[in-house]
Amino acid sequence: MAIFINEKTPILIQGFTGRIGTFHAQEMIDYGSNVVGGVTPGKGGTSHLGRPVFNTVKGAVDETGAEASIVFVPPPFAADAIMEAADAGIKYCVCITDGIPAQDMIRVKRYMRRYKKEGRMILTGPNCAGTISPGKAMLGIMPGHIYLPGRVGIVGRSGTLGYEAAEQMKALGIGVSTSVGIGGDPINGSSHRDVLEHFENDPDTDAVLMIGEIGGPQEAEAGLFAKEHMKKPVVAYIAGLSAPKGRRMGHAGAIVSAFGESAAEKVEILKGCGVTIAPTPSEMGSTVAQVIGRLKKVA
Amino acid sequence: MDIHEYQAKELLAKFGVPIARGGLAYSPEQATYRASELGGTVVVKAQIHSGARGKAGGVKVCKSEKEIEEAAEFMLGRKLVTHQTGPSGKLVSRLYIEEATNIDREIYLGFVMDRASERIVVVASAAGGMDIEEISATQPDTIIRVSVDPAVGMQQFQARELAFGLGVDPDIVNKIVPAIMGCYRAFRDLDAMMVEINPLVITKEKQVLALDAKMSFDDNALFRRPHIAELRDKSQEDPRETYASDRGLAYVGLDGDIGCIVNGAGLAMATLDMIKLAGGEPANFLDIGGGASPERVTKSFKAVLRDRNVKAILVNVFAGINRCDWVAKGVVDAVKELEITMPIVVRLAGTNVEEGRKIIDNSGLTVISAETLADAAKQAVEAAKKA
Repeated sequence: MAIFINEKTPILIQGFTGRIGTFHAQEMIDYGSNVVGGVTPGKGGTSHLGRPVFNTVKGAVDETGAEASIVFVPPPFAADAIMEAADAGIKYCVCITDGIPAQDMIRVKRYMRRYKKEGRMILTGPNCAGTISPGKAMLGIMPGHIYLPGRVGIVGRSGTLGYEAAEQMKALGIGVSTSVGIGGDPINGSSHRDVLEHFENDPDTDAVLMIGEIGGPQEAEAGLFAKEHMKKPVVAYIAGLSAPKGRRMGHAGAIVSAFGESAAEKVEILKGCGVTIAPTPSEMGSTVAQVIGRLKKVA
Repeated sequence: MDIHEYQAKELLAKFGVPIARGGLAYSPEQATYRASELGGTVVVKAQIHSGARGKAGGVKVCKSEKEIEEAAEFMLGRKLVTHQTGPSGKLVSRLYIEEATNIDREIYLGFVMDRASERIVVVASAAGGMDIEEISATQPDTIIRVSVDPAVGMQQFQARELAFGLGVDPDIVNKIVPAIMGCYRAFRDLDAMMVEINPLVITKEKQVLALDAKMSFDDNALFRRPHIAELRDKSQEDPRETYASDRGLAYVGLDGDIGCIVNGAGLAMATLDMIKLAGGEPANFLDIGGGASPERVTKSFKAVLRDRNVKAILVNVFAGINRCDWVAKGVVDAVKELEITMPIVVRLAGTNVEEGRKIIDNSGLTVISAETLADAAKQAVEAAKKA
């Protein structure tokens, strides 16, 4: 199963013919993702990487039956591209683009609420590394080979820190059902909590590793969800224990501006919710191993 | 991006927010001239990117030319230290000379990008003059909040709700509403992240004025706000950060002695955490981006080395699409080119990690390669302690 994408999911690339879109589309195709085409306004009717190019997402969906899309469109036009995907009936969209204005994302989120919840597109990102269901499909820019297929879900804000976790887990023989990047921006498509809910409902996921960071309310909100609505265990690492208040640490959203947004405060809140904390970034894999070890004993 | 008080006031005035008359001065002589233009009692205000300037001696009410000159002499060229500037303070090179006002009441008015509701939220309090943290702690009942629906924007009735909630007279409500609506439109149209009027005052003459104004802007939106981008004042930034940001690197200066070069913001934060846990102090946060091309590695070394406190450097790169051997070669070339002699610990992970480590180990340089994140932090801390 996995969540969001599998080997059959027909995928569209938005910003297909650009340098970055081309490079990563090829990587995804090589990984085995079912890339059915792409969109670049003005280049419709041509062919790229052996796949058809369309002018509009609607046109591409009509012709190919695409259900998922990935956005490589530059920041000034990315919000527009996401809304186009939502309107064309795409079910799951990953936005890789870093640098989208916050007010554009507010508009995107408001726009998506035009659609009933059942039919509404799920967006993850922007400013993320994408989503991978190891061994099945990759909808992102990650190095696919560091992920072992398995039964632990990963959700995180950071790309490379997520890779770090996947590699630590691989070294211990622990595989991943799906790894989802929600991105480092203050306003993002899906929150930690939203993704936890999908993992809770996925029969092929046994436990979840959540990789959070300073800034914003999403980790605390996810902790509360885990406490009240999840049967599966959640392990968490929160980056930025040493980050000074009021300084933006790389990600647009990684800034402590209110009570409860520092790493230490988030760790305390999560502990209170029964979430197992990986005390250091080099112990993300081993903490997951302990937790699933306990699961096996119970079974 | 932050701007000065006088810049924020100029912007807000264009959106109909009432401000007191005032002018800019770069010297004591200009300060007295500005004051003579305004006439009467004036307030000399140091322009730095920080609040709480009054406590640091950066705001002075002056009744005579002599007082103005003395205040200007004191402030110009001085580094003012507030709880927001850090211990090194911020340099005053501009003064704002403003006509004095007869304050009857002070109100707090703030506009923020609220991450929980994903909307612009307006916060007001009758307890103006204090900062919002202080108000939340001591007088939380005075805080009124209004959330703006992004589909239709802020409505007049919401501004009226705020104004009446502050308990002001009806004739003053009619003056506060346009000020609130003006701030909102400025926030929306200029891609702000924060607008704070603290205080918004009601004068004894029943006028409404934005007495102080702070604005902060979304860096991601500066591409479409060139007239805002122009307002950047590099003298208010940490010079280490200015150097790095002008070269496309995300850098935050810290107080320790271990320089850090990492790809990805999350991994960079995690690396700083590991250094702290190993008993060391990082000198900086530096994210060189998902890729780690040799050019960017060289630029990063240059940025880190501008900090004279750095005694050792930790490079931590997770190479995915960019292979470790390529990154390792970039590191070795940069160390040779820049003739770096201080200890450098390199931790590589990801694709072709063995080849990468071999390049580091066989380089003949004083570069130590580490296997894990924990090991790298430990070695860097030891190296910095020895140096």
